[in-house]
Amino acid sequence: MKRRHRLLLFAFGAVGIAFVYCAGALNMPAWGQYRGPYGDAIARLAVYQRHATDTVNAVTYDYRGFDTLGEEFILFSAVTGVMLLLRPEKQRAGEKKNQEGGNPASFRDRAALSETVQVFTTAIFGFSLMFGIYMATHGQLTPGGGFQGGVLLAAAPMLLYIAENTEAFQRIVSHPLVEFFEGAGAAGYALIGIAALTMGAAFLTNVIPLGMTGDVFSSGTIAAISACVGVEVAAGFTLIVYGYLREILSRAAREGQ
Amino acid sequence: MTVILGVALLALIAASALGVVRTDDVTCQTISLSFYGLLLALMFFLFRAPDVALAQITVGAIALPLMVMLAITRMKHHKEATGRARKEQQ
Repeated sequence: MKRRHRLLLFAFGAVGIAFVYCAGALNMPAWGQYRGPYGDAIARLAVYQRHATDTVNAVTYDYRGFDTLGEEFILFSAVTGVMLLLRPEKQRAGEKKNQEGGNPASFRDRAALSETVQVFTTAIFGFSLMFGIYMATHGQLTPGGGFQGGVLLAAAPMLLYIAENTEAFQRIVSHPLVEFFEGAGAAGYALIGIAALTMGAAFLTNVIPLGMTGDVFSSGTIAAISACVGVEVAAGFTLIVYGYLREILSRAAREGQ
Repeated sequence: MTVILGVALLALIAASALGVVRTDDVTCQTISLSFYGLLLALMFFLFRAPDVALAQITVGAIALPLMVMLAITRMKHHKEATGRARKEQQ
């Protein structure tokens, strides 16, 4: 195909896409206008039915809780897959150990970290932890929820790594309880659903007393599920970070000696 | 007013997306990707979706760049280790 033909073909396609795009854009609802029946219905009902002031979390953890359970296990199996792919290569590790014995170089061989970064990252470590916990436990009241809180919690140890507090970082991410919490979080979600079954209701029915609207301990299973998701996500992300850095960390430890 | 702000923000997002694609160095690209994620979060906030904005901040500005950085670090580390092993074999 000659260059001219290719350009012609491209021009044809570009004009077509521009036409379809403009036709679609002209038919969009006006700025800030909403055209579906469900959003308005849920926004009106959620506070009365579920005592949750954040409608989005009432939808994700209650009205369509079964979908979120599926998403939860997508994350769970993704973490499992990553950990399986990043498992330590035993034979190679032995080889490397011999070869690197007399070669203490490269990992620490770079510019020193500025004190500003060190102090600042250490200072916001606690803040990040607190904010993560707050977000995971207040999902039913304000925007946020388990997933966002969990990622924030998992990001906190990374700050230690950036501050080159490698020892503390390794102690946190390589802790055997991280794996336990990942499984416990995912299982907790499913168990809350099964608890409803034992009480004679459908799977994932909101069976816990709803409490006062606006309280932290309100909205029944929404708060409980959000907390479970927070634990699972935090542990899952921490596991992935550990999987990626495991070899590098052990090498740094060897070279540090 | 909101419409102008929205259009300006969308234009900024398009420009920064182009910036991410046009950046050559992988590490710089990851940082610009993180910035692009933050802009997207700002857009969600402007479009009155604070929940999605928070999810976008945690995923687009923290988790995704972090994963890319970790993968790059690991690849560099792997390359160094295998390169050194080869040198010593020779």
